Amino acid sequence: MEKRRSEILYVDHKFCPGCGHGIVNRLVAEVLEEMNEDKGAICAVAVGCSSLMPDTYGVDIVQSQHGRAAAVAVGLKRCRPDNMIFSYQGDGDALAIGFSETMYAAIRNENITVILINNNNFGMTGGQMSPTTLENQRTTTSPYGRDVSITGNPLDVIKLMSTLDVAYLARGTMTDIKEITKTKKYIRKAFEAQKNKKGYSLVEILSPCPTNWGMTPLNACKQINQTVQTVYPLGEFKGGGK
Amino acid sequence: MTKKLMKGNDAVAEAAIRSGCRFFAGYPITPQSEILEYLSWRMPEVGGVFLQTESEISGISMVYGAAAAGARAFTSSSGPGFSLMQEGISYIASAELPCVVVDVQRYGSGLADIYTGQGDYWQAVKNGGHGDYRCLVYAPNSVQETVDLMVVAFDKAEEYRNPVLLLSDASIAQMMEPVDFPEMKNHDQDALPWAMKGKGVGQNKRHTSIMYYNLDYDNYLKNKYDKMVENEQRWEEVQTEDAELVLVAYGISSRICEEVVESARKEGMKVGLIRPITLYPFPVKAFENLEHVKYFASVEMSCLSQMIEDVVMASRCRPTYPIRGGMKVYETEEILSAVRDIFAGNAKEVY
Repeated sequence: MEKRRSEILYVDHKFCPGCGHGIVNRLVAEVLEEMNEDKGAICAVAVGCSSLMPDTYGVDIVQSQHGRAAAVAVGLKRCRPDNMIFSYQGDGDALAIGFSETMYAAIRNENITVILINNNNFGMTGGQMSPTTLENQRTTTSPYGRDVSITGNPLDVIKLMSTLDVAYLARGTMTDIKEITKTKKYIRKAFEAQKNKKGYSLVEILSPCPTNWGMTPLNACKQINQTVQTVYPLGEFKGGGK
Repeated sequence: MTKKLMKGNDAVAEAAIRSGCRFFAGYPITPQSEILEYLSWRMPEVGGVFLQTESEISGISMVYGAAAAGARAFTSSSGPGFSLMQEGISYIASAELPCVVVDVQRYGSGLADIYTGQGDYWQAVKNGGHGDYRCLVYAPNSVQETVDLMVVAFDKAEEYRNPVLLLSDASIAQMMEPVDFPEMKNHDQDALPWAMKGKGVGQNKRHTSIMYYNLDYDNYLKNKYDKMVENEQRWEEVQTEDAELVLVAYGISSRICEEVVESARKEGMKVGLIRPITLYPFPVKAFENLEHVKYFASVEMSCLSQMIEDVVMASRCRPTYPIRGGMKVYETEEILSAVRDIFAGNAKEVY
C-alpha cells in the first residue's frame, strides 16, 4: 500500500539532498494532519534554509525577519488563539540573532510551538559558525576549528530553558527510523501542549547538513550519532512522560 | 460630546482603541511611556492585547504577526527605540501589511535627550529601514489632531497595505489639551483579504516580500507610491496669498510659527506659513500657486535642518533659509528675529 503524502506537502521541498529539513517538514505536516489541525496551522518561518518553505509548505506562512520568528508567532497567536501557531527556525536564526526573541517567548511561557532545526552551522549562507557549532568543528568562519577560548562553548538552549516555567522541551534527531519515530512523538506532544493551552513548547532536532559539513548524507548521520549527540543529548527534558 | 482634558500620549492610545486597534506591543522609553501605561489597563478593558516586550525589535515583530492575522496593530517609541524598529517596518512594508507606528521625537542622536525635538525627520520620512519602500507620515500639531490623524492612520494603512507613521514630539505628547474622541469602531479581523486564519489545503497564504511573486514589482511599487503622492498630500496654509516669505513648519514648531506670522505682519513683513500635515508625501501641491513668494524658510527643531531639502525641492529652488532650534520649544521672538534678518538680507541661505 502506498503511503499517502500529507496535503501540506503540496509540492516537493527545495532542500539539499541528505538535509534533515525535508524529513522534519514531513513530520510536522503529518502531526498537524493527525491532530486535525492542518487547516488552521499558521507558521512563522525564519530566515535561512527555512525560508525555502513558503513556496512548498501548505500552511499559511509569515516570512519573519531574521531571528524574530518567535515574536512574529506571538503576534499571530495572540490574535488567533484557536489556531496552531508555530515558528520553524534554524539554530543560527533562533539562537544567534534571535536569541532574545527565542528566550523571551519561553520566559513569558507563550502558548506557541517552536521547531528548531540544529545543524551546527549557518546553512543558507554557506556554512559559517553558529552558536551550536561544536568545539574544534571547522566552518567557513572557524577554518581552524571552533576555538572555545575565543567563542565560548556551544549553546545548549534546552539546558537554558529547563530552568523556566515552560510546557514542553525535547530534542530529537532523524538519523534512523527509530529516531524519526521518536522525534515525531516529540513534535506531537509539543503541539498537544499548545492545544491544551499549557504554554511554550520547543522541539530541537539535530539535523545533518551534508552540503556544509562536506560529508555524504550517511557520514553526516554518523557524525550526529557519534559526535553531535554527545554535546546535545536526545530525549524529553520538560513535560515528558505520558 | 463633552471634551476631555487629556495628555497627548494618553489621547493617542485612546484614539487607537477607538479605531478598532486591539493589539499593542511596545517598550518603555521617554517621552512615550504613557502610551504603554495607558494601554496596560485600557486594552484588557476592551478585550485587546497589551504586551510589554523585551525590546522594540520584538515589539514591531509582534505587530508584524498581528497584522498578518488581520488585526489592527500598533507600536510606539521614541528615537533610539524607533531606530530598532526599522528592520520590522521594512519587512512589513515589503510584505504589504498594514500597521501604525508612533514616534514621539526627542532631541538628538545616540542616546539623545528627553527634551522635545524634530530630529527624526530623515529617519521617518526618508526611510530608516533598508530598500525601496515609503511610509505615509503624519505630523500632528495638537493633541486633538493627534487623535484625528491616528484614526486616519489605521484606515490608510489598510487602504495602501503599508505601515503608517505618526511623527509626534515630546511637547505634543506631554501637553494636555481638550479633546473629542470619535465613536468606537469595530474592526473585523476576519474580513480582510490578507488576514491569515489558517487555510484550506494546497497553496497557502504567504506574507513575505511581494517582490518574489510580482513579475512587475518595480513598476508596481512605483505606481503604489505615486498614487500616495497624488492623493495623500495634506497641509494647512496661513496667509500665503500675499506673502513674500513663507515659513514651512510642522508639529509643535508650526504652532509657534502661527504666532510669528501675526507678529511679523504687525511689523509690516508679509509672512505666511505652510504647515505640512503629511511629511511623506511632502505637500508639494501647497507650493504650486506661490510664484509671488520671494523666500522660504524651514523652521524645525533639528540642528541640521532636516526638512529643508524638501522645502528647496518643493519651492523649485527658490531662496530658502534654515531657522534651526532644539532642546526647547522656540520662543516666538527667536523666529521673529530670524525673519527680520531674512528681510534685511542678513541671513545665510541653505546652499
